[in-house]
Amino acid sequence: MKIFITFLTLFSLNSFSAENVELSKAPIDLTDNQSLQRGAKTFVNYCLNCHSANYMRYSNLIDIGLSADTIKRDLMLNGDKIGDTMSVNMPVKESKKWFGVTPPDLSVVARSRGADWIYSYMRGFYRDPSRAMGWNNTVLLNSAMPHILWELQGEQTLNPKTKNLETFTSGKLNTKEYDSLVADLTNYLVYMSEPDQLKRKKMGYYVIGFLLLLLLLTINLKKEYWRDIK
Amino acid sequence: MKKDINKQDKSTGLMGWVDERFPLSSFIKNHLTEYYAPKNFNFWYFFGALALFVFVVQILTGIFLTMYYKPDASQAFASVEFIMRDVSFGWLIRYMHSTGASLFFVVIYLHMFRGLMYGSYQKPRELLWLFGVAIFLLLMAEAFFGYLLPWGQMSYWGAQVIVNLFATIPFIGPDLAEWVRGDYLVSDATLNRFFAFHVIALPLALAGLIMCHLVALHEVGSNNPDGVEIKNLKDKKTGIPLDGIPFHPYYTVKDLIGLSVFLIVFASIIFFAPEMGGYFLEANNFVPADPLVTPSHIAPVWYFTPFYSILRAVPPIFGSQFPGVAAMGLSVLIFFFIPWLDRSKVRSIRYKGILYKKWLAAFVISFIVLGYLGTVPSNIWGQFSSTIPLLGGLDVATFFARIFTLVYFLFFIMMPFYSKKDVTKKVPKRVTMR
Repeated sequence: MKIFITFLTLFSLNSFSAENVELSKAPIDLTDNQSLQRGAKTFVNYCLNCHSANYMRYSNLIDIGLSADTIKRDLMLNGDKIGDTMSVNMPVKESKKWFGVTPPDLSVVARSRGADWIYSYMRGFYRDPSRAMGWNNTVLLNSAMPHILWELQGEQTLNPKTKNLETFTSGKLNTKEYDSLVADLTNYLVYMSEPDQLKRKKMGYYVIGFLLLLLLLTINLKKEYWRDIK
Repeated sequence: MKKDINKQDKSTGLMGWVDERFPLSSFIKNHLTEYYAPKNFNFWYFFGALALFVFVVQILTGIFLTMYYKPDASQAFASVEFIMRDVSFGWLIRYMHSTGASLFFVVIYLHMFRGLMYGSYQKPRELLWLFGVAIFLLLMAEAFFGYLLPWGQMSYWGAQVIVNLFATIPFIGPDLAEWVRGDYLVSDATLNRFFAFHVIALPLALAGLIMCHLVALHEVGSNNPDGVEIKNLKDKKTGIPLDGIPFHPYYTVKDLIGLSVFLIVFASIIFFAPEMGGYFLEANNFVPADPLVTPSHIAPVWYFTPFYSILRAVPPIFGSQFPGVAAMGLSVLIFFFIPWLDRSKVRSIRYKGILYKKWLAAFVISFIVLGYLGTVPSNIWGQFSSTIPLLGGLDVATFFARIFTLVYFLFFIMMPFYSKKDVTKKVPKRVTMR
């Protein structure tokens, strides 16, 4: 019976929980190594304190133009081996106690949420005293995450009438600089979600090129064989 | 006849040595060089060979994936990411497998549509058709079991919903669902048994059925776009059908063209759009399975959505979802009956009347609309205003899903009547080249 009820609930739940938030288009450019490197730095300095990226190895960062020494010196703060994955030291049980949820692993977050979502989310935090952490978000309402970059962006408030975000206190960066920082971070997260994606596309052109030649060959081969069939 | 040919030109050398111990030469003759296929195959006749090709691709890539994949609830998701990142060309193998799964269904649906168009199920090809539908059934099971393995949210909740379908069967349902799962909910036990089904049980059964399908095909011979039986007119001396040409080399080289085009499509998806906009790899499946968090929108992969739509369209009776489940089951099983539902005197759509054409078109439209509706939430088109009698408050999409479900079934149920009543054209004696 229990299973049956579960089943019924599943069907009634089967409707969109409409997140009618308009997302801003993230300016992604995976060929921009400078941007990826800046994004990696932001990721390691801020995100990696709570979020892990357990499937991503530090050594992969060599692909975006960083040397092994730079990675070890600037990005690997706890002196792990370069082939280690981006794990987090925060104990899972504790983090659940602090935030209510365990901060999710971010290795493939760009594939589940999409770049635009991340870009908008990181720009959508506003002060909300009713929340435990004092922060809320326009993209993910009642998000458990506090605004980790608030010192950079400053504080925003939500105008209850216009539903627009307004600057409350300014931070170390102006709006343009902050947006660019978030863009770099988003760019990095997209790269991290599939480090081989540029290689994949590049290889794709060769494969398609070869297959077009093969097609030409097979068409002519068939013509040759079928000449006598009427 | 066949035996005489074998005696005439006996192989020598190595081939002769083999032939004395194993019927290799006669096998090649019977199935390739002296298997006579109608010379008028068109575009639609590529998909049988392509289906076989995709099957082989799935087996080969599957073998390599199995080397790294871990069928363990705590490691499965991570092992897939390991394949994607750390295994050399693992991403390529994985994308080949995931894209191959979807394209398998594309190819099979087109192959089945070909059968419907040209009456390839009619006497004497009924058993050939039955083997084919059985392959289709097993393929659906194979895809379903395989979809759980990445252990993402969609994998998990998709399996949860589908296994729960069994729970709606009166009396034995809940026990049956538990037996299938091996647990009270989808869990490690379920993952392990689905893995076993996916990598050995079903591929083995599929391979056997595909062999039966081919043996049956080569026994009765291929149909063709004209539906003309080429065996009726043979060359008096050689006994070779006048409209037949040896499968090899004629159709092997022709199929190479089809294969090249298919590979271009296949590679375009693998290298440039492996997620195919969320239709081949769903965004939510990049979130590890979490039994405590139900996704807001659960939809099966696109190839199941026509049947899923039918499931959703049928209203529950006395609070039981079983009618929907039964309708969904029937919507697949009903294909088995086509050879006996079609009472038309002709095979091919080229010589059938307007009635059959209209019904087939209606069926295809229903299949596509149901497929689309299965991918979206049922409130996508809003609701009827409450002032409309009977329909008030009903989701518009649900209403259309019901209409098209009806059309879907009527195509089969009415077939004995419209196929008999239909005014057919005269079938030529020989095949036509168009």
